[in-house]
Amino acid sequence: MSEPDISAEETDGRAAATDEANVEPESAGAPADTPLRVANLRKTFGGIVAVDDASFAVEAGSLTGLIGPNGAGKSTTFNCITGAHKPDSGRVEFQGERITGLRPDQIANRGLVRTFQIARSLEEMTVLENLMLAPKGQIGETLWRSVVPGARGKVVAQEEELRERVWETLEFFEIDHLAGQTAGSLSGGQRKLLEMARAMMTEPDMLLLDEPLAGVNPTLEHKLLARIHDLQDEGYTFLLVEHDMDVIMQHCERVIVMHQGSVLAEGEPSVIRNDERVIEAYLGEDV
Amino acid sequence: MGIVKHTITNRPSTDALVVGFVAVVGGALLLDLLARFAAIEIPLLWGITFGGQTTLASFASLLWSGIVVGLIFGLAGIGLSMTYSILNFANFSHGDLLTTGAFTGWGAALLVAGWGLADVGYLLTVRAGSGPGPTEIGASIVSAPLAVAIGALVAASLTVAVALAIDRTVYKPMRDRGGIALLIASIGVALILRYVIQFIYGSRNRGITSTEGVRRDVLGVSVNLHDLTLVIIAVSLMVAMHLLLQRTKLGKAMRAMADNKDLALVTGIPTERVVQATWVLGAGLAGISGYLYVLERGTAEFNIGWFLLLFIFAAVILGGIGSIYGAIAGGLVIGLVHEVSLIWIPSDFNAAAAFAIMILVLLYRPEGIFAGVSTA
Amino acid sequence: MTGESGSGPESGGDPPGDGSIRAVFADMFGRIERSDVLIVATAMVAVYTLFMIFVLLRLGITTGTPNAIASAWRELTFLFAAYAMLALALNLHWGYTGLFNIGVAGFMAVGVYTMALLSTSPDAVSGQGLGLPLPIGVIGGMIAAALVGLVAAVPALRVRADYFAIVTLGLSEIIRLSLNSRTLSDWTRDRFGFATGGGSGIDLPARPTDALFDTAAGEALIDLFVVRIGGEEVTLVAASVIRRFTWALVMLGIMIGFYWLLRRIGYSPFGRVLKSIREDELVAQSLGKDTRIFKIKVFMLGCALMGLGGILWQGSQGFVSPDSFRPIVTFYVFVAVIIGGSGSNTGSVVGALFFVSLLFLAPRRIGGIVDARLDLIDAPGTFAGAADPLVSVFNAEPMLAYTIDNISALQFILLGIVLILIVQNRPDGIMGHRTETAAAVDLNRPNRGEEDE
Ligand SMILES: Nc1ncnc2c1ncn2[C@@H]1O[C@H](COP(=O)(O)OP(=O)(O)OP(=O)(O)O)[C@@H](O)[C@H]1O
Ligand SMILES: [Mg+2]
Repeated sequence: MSEPDISAEETDGRAAATDEANVEPESAGAPADTPLRVANLRKTFGGIVAVDDASFAVEAGSLTGLIGPNGAGKSTTFNCITGAHKPDSGRVEFQGERITGLRPDQIANRGLVRTFQIARSLEEMTVLENLMLAPKGQIGETLWRSVVPGARGKVVAQEEELRERVWETLEFFEIDHLAGQTAGSLSGGQRKLLEMARAMMTEPDMLLLDEPLAGVNPTLEHKLLARIHDLQDEGYTFLLVEHDMDVIMQHCERVIVMHQGSVLAEGEPSVIRNDERVIEAYLGEDV
Repeated sequence: MGIVKHTITNRPSTDALVVGFVAVVGGALLLDLLARFAAIEIPLLWGITFGGQTTLASFASLLWSGIVVGLIFGLAGIGLSMTYSILNFANFSHGDLLTTGAFTGWGAALLVAGWGLADVGYLLTVRAGSGPGPTEIGASIVSAPLAVAIGALVAASLTVAVALAIDRTVYKPMRDRGGIALLIASIGVALILRYVIQFIYGSRNRGITSTEGVRRDVLGVSVNLHDLTLVIIAVSLMVAMHLLLQRTKLGKAMRAMADNKDLALVTGIPTERVVQATWVLGAGLAGISGYLYVLERGTAEFNIGWFLLLFIFAAVILGGIGSIYGAIAGGLVIGLVHEVSLIWIPSDFNAAAAFAIMILVLLYRPEGIFAGVSTA
Repeated sequence: MTGESGSGPESGGDPPGDGSIRAVFADMFGRIERSDVLIVATAMVAVYTLFMIFVLLRLGITTGTPNAIASAWRELTFLFAAYAMLALALNLHWGYTGLFNIGVAGFMAVGVYTMALLSTSPDAVSGQGLGLPLPIGVIGGMIAAALVGLVAAVPALRVRADYFAIVTLGLSEIIRLSLNSRTLSDWTRDRFGFATGGGSGIDLPARPTDALFDTAAGEALIDLFVVRIGGEEVTLVAASVIRRFTWALVMLGIMIGFYWLLRRIGYSPFGRVLKSIREDELVAQSLGKDTRIFKIKVFMLGCALMGLGGILWQGSQGFVSPDSFRPIVTFYVFVAVIIGGSGSNTGSVVGALFFVSLLFLAPRRIGGIVDARLDLIDAPGTFAGAADPLVSVFNAEPMLAYTIDNISALQFILLGIVLILIVQNRPDGIMGHRTETAAAVDLNRPNRGEEDE
């Protein structure tokens, strides 16, 4: 699964070498302003070019929208950024460091956490377990500490702390009444909430959310967006894939538009709204 | 598991390593073999020597038996490979389908060959209990070719019948389940088959064929006619399978399903019929392979098929799951490894060597060593 | 629903660590549901009673009956403990982490043979060991099994579950074939002074508990079962049965140790990560868990436990040969886990109990009863001989006699049928549907009781 794919490293290395010239000068100056930078990302599946030379950056503390028609390559971009897929070429930087080719867990541990478009809940685990799993730095995740009687005290103490946070999170996402249920028994919308709650439990620096609002009721949707803005104020950065243009236009400071694997336009919502090419790409859709 | 598929497809660097490794080992063995032909022996370490004594004739005979067992592995492997790719599970009862064919087929063959010599029960249960010996009954390609032919037909048809019955009762209610659930069920099927066979035929390892006059000179070379029969039948069946898959509509549907089940469903291929056809072909070939295997070795016991299972898996994995040509080629490679390796390693270890190759292929080239060459 | 995960003895209540006996117990065992103890206890009482009835049905009440009962219980306890240990270890691999290991027999073999090569006397009749103290052998066996697990795990853990199954089965066969090799045995004997004995097997050190019976206490124990009935000395339970029963009880104790260990792992953050790997490895990775490390650790631990289970079982009978490690043993262990429900430790124990009693031992016992009570004719030697009267004169007796005579084959058939029926109809086994919440503490909302049912 997480096999060290040497070949990818090699191609990445080569790609990086050529990219170095045009990426480094910009990034060197301002990694703090743009925690996530993607340069010339490319990913193919057999004959299909899912992501084609995509480059963009996300500003620190922003809520950036990533939009595009179905099949534009948004989810694949997420997969390449977070290490679920190895990009064919290109470069991903997070907080000034190259993360291309790292394993998903390495990337997550650097503070870049994602949710999945089709919610991947751990079906036979309860909602509580799902959330308890997420936090980083759990001392009880070492084998001996979980077993040796004397060492267990600290583990229990930490578990109790986490339990506190888990319940707060559950309450916030309004799924506390589901706490003891297995994730597999949840509805589609509830799973989305669970995933977001789980991602929040890792206390990331930046969250990549792949259509987190799909299937979530409007009241909660507003609450979630308000919460996202709160977190923004605390310094979190968000990259949000969303098909609802109203949400994108109202809430995002910046919007990146993908089309057929490449970045078609990038800018403020008002600019994007009136961009000819974007309108054309969405052809007939109400932008 | 989505990303597994992805990681499997592009790993040229491990390929280079594997190719390099195989080349080095193969080269060393070839040099050693040449030294052996020349009767050169150079002591190395710990009593291990480079070169030694191997005559060309004994090498040729190992090569021949490698091909013979390899064809069995390959023929049986076609069915296993088909069920693996079309029904999506590793069928652990495939070996016991070989045993089913062996016993039902030889029961019929002995009945025909030994009609009147002993009572029907004794012959049908393949000499369970006491009665005339194999030579007396005279079941061989020389003295009773018709009996051997009838036996082969019975082996195929009864094994198919058994497989279809099992599919109906065991696998059909589980079509939507994952590969692991089916794998576990197939272990249950394997146990049932093996011990029903033991219950009916007994657990004794018994001689079955007569070998009188079977070794003949063909074109100046001494040949075991049973081996020759095996080779001829196996190769013809393989050619027939090739034609079936390439030329008929059914064959195309099967290949489509092996490639992508969901797609095949969408495009309207009647999958349930394809599944049945898979069992008919796979089990038929398995039954005949078991039958031929006994023809070649002359004896049988209730767990011969189970002992063959891992070799068949090895063949299929080596050739790439889902490819019938791969299964055939893989079978030959495993057969040759099994026999020819005897030049270098004691006979305690040749089976282990075949399994080790299987494991290495699964780990480092799970798509098979011939992947990209051809698909079927 | 919430009630299910919080049905522990101290759910919603006192936090552990306040020094009370209950808190200490809770710290040691986690939150064992009372129902779990009850389930296992009830099942055991039922099964042990059943086996007593089997003996009574076969023998009636004679002076030999107590010994026969003790002997039946001994066999039951011994195999139950053995299979429960292995099922628990396999449950750690498969049930918890989703590692479909069907090479259990191979890892057992590594444990047993390493122990034998280290601790068997250098002048044993068959095979040859270094004659080191037994504890060294046992620990060595566990380490060796774990190391073989490591070697297998590092490359194998990234392949698909069904490939992993074939790899582990192949490995287990390679191990068995190597142990079976006379050539290898001779070679190591000449070079290193130890030898497996090849196919003829290897002698093993005596059970440590046997030394107990050379002491006064041991002899007193044996005398306890000798009574006087009408001026005659009657041995109710033979000394040999007592010796072996003692060992079976030791195994039972160690099995409880296994249960304790695995339960502790299950109810911990570590166990939580294992569960998440089973459910969806990419999710676990995306939350920052280095799943490779977890899988390797858990695989090695499970293999070490399989090695230990093998040592206590196959290694305790004075002699072992490679034949004891055929793949069928792995399948037996699997059946135990599947019956109990993969993922549940309590289920593994109950599954092992039911497998051993009902599927493994009962058919033979029942065969014995029918044989003893029905006074059947001599069984025909072949199926044909039994079928002939059935078909020609509708006489079923020869077939019945033949069936009883071949009960072991029927037992395997029964096993296959049970396996299929469970996979088809109850893939969760007896207890797999339960949620054994993976956390070191009760996760219910603290301080607020359970008003949120
Ligand atoms: N694992 C895969 N294997 C093969 N093709 C894939 C895979 N994942 C994505 N693709 C293809 O890549 C292209 C981009 O898909 P992607 O999921 O990234 O689009 P998207 O922008 O997220 O669309 P949507 O808005 O519908 O979620 C599509 O043509 C898709 O079919
Ligand atoms: Mg998408």
